[in-house]
Amino acid sequence: MSKPKPSSQSFRDSGLNIDPLYTPEDVKDIDYYRDLGDPGKYPYTRGLFTEGYNKRPWRTLQYAGYGVSENTNARWKFLLSQGQRGLNLAFDLPTQLGYDSDDPRAFGEVGRTGVAIDTLADMETLYEGINVGEISSSFVINATAPIILGMYITVAEKQGVQMDKLAGTLANDMLKEFTARGNYIFPPEPSTKMVVDIIEYCARYLPRMNAVNIGCHMLHCGATQIQTFALMLAATTVYVQESMKRGLTFDQIMPHITFLTNTTMDFISSVASHRAARRLWAKIAREKFGAEDPRSMMMRMGTGVFTLPLVDKQPLNNIARIAIMALAAALSGTQSMHVASYDESYNIPSEEATRISLMIQHILIHETDICATADPLGGSYAIEALTNQVEEAIKEILLDIEKQGGIVEMTKEGVIQRQLAKQAYEEQQAIETGKKVVIGVNKYRIEEERGKYEVQMLEIDPKVTEKQIARLSKVKASRDNEAVRRCLNGLESAAREGQNLIPYIIPAVKSYCSVGEICEVLRQVYGVYEETGTV
Amino acid sequence: MKEERKIRVLVAKPGLDGHDRGAKVLVLALREAGMEVIYTGRHLMLEQIVACAIQEDVDVIGLSILSGSHLTLAEALIKQMRDKGLSNTPVVLGGVIPQRDIPKLQEMGVKGVFPNGASLLEVSDFIVRCAHEKHNKESSSKKTSRN
Repeated sequence: MSKPKPSSQSFRDSGLNIDPLYTPEDVKDIDYYRDLGDPGKYPYTRGLFTEGYNKRPWRTLQYAGYGVSENTNARWKFLLSQGQRGLNLAFDLPTQLGYDSDDPRAFGEVGRTGVAIDTLADMETLYEGINVGEISSSFVINATAPIILGMYITVAEKQGVQMDKLAGTLANDMLKEFTARGNYIFPPEPSTKMVVDIIEYCARYLPRMNAVNIGCHMLHCGATQIQTFALMLAATTVYVQESMKRGLTFDQIMPHITFLTNTTMDFISSVASHRAARRLWAKIAREKFGAEDPRSMMMRMGTGVFTLPLVDKQPLNNIARIAIMALAAALSGTQSMHVASYDESYNIPSEEATRISLMIQHILIHETDICATADPLGGSYAIEALTNQVEEAIKEILLDIEKQGGIVEMTKEGVIQRQLAKQAYEEQQAIETGKKVVIGVNKYRIEEERGKYEVQMLEIDPKVTEKQIARLSKVKASRDNEAVRRCLNGLESAAREGQNLIPYIIPAVKSYCSVGEICEVLRQVYGVYEETGTV
Repeated sequence: MKEERKIRVLVAKPGLDGHDRGAKVLVLALREAGMEVIYTGRHLMLEQIVACAIQEDVDVIGLSILSGSHLTLAEALIKQMRDKGLSNTPVVLGGVIPQRDIPKLQEMGVKGVFPNGASLLEVSDFIVRCAHEKHNKESSSKKTSRN
């Protein structure tokens, strides 16, 4: 009897064609110990840890940061009091793009998408009353990651924290900035060089610091989940290879690299994709790079829910969406989770929305039984068949990337960006024609909805810019400006000589050089990146 | 017979916001609708957008802003356009725009505001109408000045 065929495929984020039925026939070639393994055993398909979430669930890690550092400090203290075990920091665009708050380019942006950090003084205020040695900090920072790392190290030193205790993560994945997220400063080559500077510094001096959090933002720009994982693994390979050129071994590098993934509304595909990526990375680590340390083969993940499905029509429905995607993340075996808030498409989340998202995680952990056993969906005919399918699909794309000259070349030439834009356009058309169903938007709309339901938006204090500029002026006036000059000159020489920048950024940061001042020096050396031919 | 010139649109991302999916999707939609579209890329200063609009002789400027700074940026852009003699060039804005800001933006001189959820067809049609209005204004003022 033949297998039922899929109905006309509706538009999916996964890139997967799902059969209406999976049977033992579809998984008959699977060898449990070769292809799956127990959780905590190579190839880690079923998860990284033997006990799963039994002893310790994933870490709840809600992203927060806005205004001046005091506001973020207050929000952090609130989240810590509500059970969060780590800090996850958003920065404003000037800080991400290397401009001080008083720069004309920072106009209208100070403290808006996250906290404004101009100098070490801001970082010190951020951690006021919070022991850096006791809590892990995740910084969503990329082009200016070296500076933020320098500040984090300095704050820790001033608090008397030993460097082997300093724990945290830097996003610091520049390749995804060029193909997706868009917060780059310098061109791809120097940007990649700085990523590797951080990997090298962490590998040598900061055992508990994650130097790179490989990003999945391509998913937000039109890539399918399969393409996204492929691009992530390709980027990882580049950073690893560049790091190895500096004399580090694979096993010295990988403990400092983590992965940021998203689960989507394609629930089954998301779980399958995460398992596939985890397995494939383990194989690449061992077979391509000769990894010996199990930690180097373990794809440590932090997972967020995909925010594109969160719409501004009947927004409370988003609470259902994020709960569904959070469940997918839990069933994918992630190590930490950030659940976006239901008001995400309007503004930086309100306190209530942030709390609801955190509570969703607590509900999953404490009220459901999903943590009772590891990889509960393992062994499902559909999940295992799809895990295999995704692995093959990712491998095919990786081969294709190699054939086309590698991810850096493809990024420089705009190949990836153009393909993503095309796919994003196709998806938009699918939504507008109803081919891709979005409840509340193109199905079950409420026409009288407009004006009836007003989502509460977080109000940004308009005086934020004034406060921040005043603080910056004060710092500049009271610091040793001769030391500042010396440090900036030292940094420039080091950059021109191709040295690792971190040892030069740390003294600069200590003497209260600003983010803008440091980046201006580096712009002079590396130039700035201007995209062309990306659509 | 004079060939009707293609509508030229500048799609720009002012300020520091990096989210360009909407802008790029619009670029592709407008191109498919037969328009000439110049995409500025990210991180443009307002001066650069104005200069580009003049250099490329565009009919409509489309701004994409998702960072929340639309009020400050739109006001500043319209003023700069006025100073450089571009008052006749319509500005259309898309992105993350709260409903309550739409009247303020229109008061500033933004011709059309398309928050999250606007359809490509809606935006495209509006841009075509704006461009035709601009062409008509220009040709009628040419006629007037010739008389």
